[in-house]
Amino acid sequence: MRKLNGSIKTSKISKSFSGKTVLKSIDLDIKNGEIFGLLGPSGAGKTTLIRILTGQLSPDSGNAFIGGTDIRKITGRERRCFGITMDDFGVYERLNCYDNLKIFAGIYGLSKANIKNALKKVGLSNAEKTAAGKLSKGMTGRLKLARAFMTDPDILFLDEPTSGLDPAAAAEIHKMILEEKRHGKTVFLTTHIMTEAEKLCDNIALLNDGKIVEYGKPKEICRKFNDKKTLKIHLTDGRDIEIPLDKNSAETVAELISTGKAETMHTTEPDLETVFMEITGKELFA
Amino acid sequence: MRNICVIFRKQVIDTLKNKTILIQFLMFPVLVIIMENAVKIENMPEHFFVKLFAVMFIGMAPLTCMSAIISEEKEKKTLRVLLMSNVKSAEYLIGVGSYVFIMCAAGTVIFAIVGSYSGVELAQFIMVMSVGIVLSELTGAVIGILSKNQMTAAGVAVPVMMIFSFLPMLSMFNETIKNVARITYSQQISDIINNIGVSGITAENIIVITVNFAAAVALFTAAYIKQFSAINRV
Ligand SMILES: Nc1ncnc2c1ncn2[C@@H]1O[C@H](COP(=O)(O)OP(=O)(O)O)[C@@H](O)[C@H]1O
Ligand SMILES: [Mg+2]
Repeated sequence: MRKLNGSIKTSKISKSFSGKTVLKSIDLDIKNGEIFGLLGPSGAGKTTLIRILTGQLSPDSGNAFIGGTDIRKITGRERRCFGITMDDFGVYERLNCYDNLKIFAGIYGLSKANIKNALKKVGLSNAEKTAAGKLSKGMTGRLKLARAFMTDPDILFLDEPTSGLDPAAAAEIHKMILEEKRHGKTVFLTTHIMTEAEKLCDNIALLNDGKIVEYGKPKEICRKFNDKKTLKIHLTDGRDIEIPLDKNSAETVAELISTGKAETMHTTEPDLETVFMEITGKELFA
Repeated sequence: MRNICVIFRKQVIDTLKNKTILIQFLMFPVLVIIMENAVKIENMPEHFFVKLFAVMFIGMAPLTCMSAIISEEKEKKTLRVLLMSNVKSAEYLIGVGSYVFIMCAAGTVIFAIVGSYSGVELAQFIMVMSVGIVLSELTGAVIGILSKNQMTAAGVAVPVMMIFSFLPMLSMFNETIKNVARITYSQQISDIINNIGVSGITAENIIVITVNFAAAVALFTAAYIKQFSAINRV
């Protein structure tokens, strides 16, 4: 199959549904091989943007290019280089995991070994003969990931890949996503979990009410909003103190350390969660 | 061709696990074996139950199966996943359609055996049943394609199926119903089957079936163009 360059570029993508604007002039520039995270609360327009990029929906205006090709001109054959998981993409509930993947192995001309591999990769080898409808939510998610990964796609579009999963299951999925990146895949994921984005993504965009309100590297965004610039020190006597991060504090800090009075020290750089609240005045889990 | 085979194979694997579909395929063929062997009433026409159930079978099974299979895949969005994997909508429909056809053809063979058809009469019976299966499949496909989910599909498919499968039976007892039922392909197919070995196919048979066929194809084409022109409608 022809390899697709995984870069994604959008310019002024807008979309409304019956008069209600859901995406407002979205500009993105995602490099081949990067993990990009689209963050935002429920209803921000994340899924809509994935639908547009993957050709399930057309934008009202604006342009998008994947691997340099206008998304309007991407053929069904090229779309096979996409690995897509979305919440509403179902599985064949009466068929077992193996037979579910076998359908797509048949379409893509893959072997039995490919199916076994894919199941192993997502940790479903033992559930091979289990009907997909009997799987837990987390396992269904992994089956869908196996379906998306099995075809060795060049770009992964993962819509909330860890939503509703327990932390251990989510960590498994994070590992898989990072593994795909190591193989040079571009990953476009959406999430409303800030720590997930901080951990995985090379770049993120914060989406709020259909508009991008911040865009860049997670660390840089946090640093940008670090207006307090203080050091938080937990003392051995149980007290917490905050002292400004400047020249004048050097002596105080040195003394606290040398006298063994300081137990822990942290910078007060905000996390993405706090940044998001500061920008939008909204909590992510509203 | 490969994709059609994949879809066909998927349906075959699904059959044994999908009770509602399985019942559709088995109910009348099993019923005809039982009734033909168990019920013997004086003056009853020869192979009465074969002729009765054969028409009900083709009015019911292909129609409800097509609409149930397609609407379920729309509801669960598995159809969208297939289309995103570059399976063409025509390939999908041919895959599902040929599967339903073969299952119903197998049922037809049972009817043919129980009805002890042979020679020209057998050929005539298989032919007219096949035409009925295709017409019912087209009708069921239209319902499945236009429905968002299984509930709405069943809501439309059940009454439509009742018209095509029960009118020919009711028209045996009531002339008025028969006059209305004449415009349906299932009534005409019922007439042909009842006249096998007695008299030939009439002009009315052919005309009504042809008109029904043209209407089904037109509806199917319209539904197909409407729903499959954009992936987000699937
Ligand atoms: N097909 C649709 N028709 C009408 N409104 C829609 C449709 N899809 C999404 N929306 C609306 O667009 C907004 C954004 O939805 P979505 O992209 O799913 O957000 P997110 O994935 O960030 O939760 C929501 O208010 C939703 O109700
Ligand atoms: Mg969403």
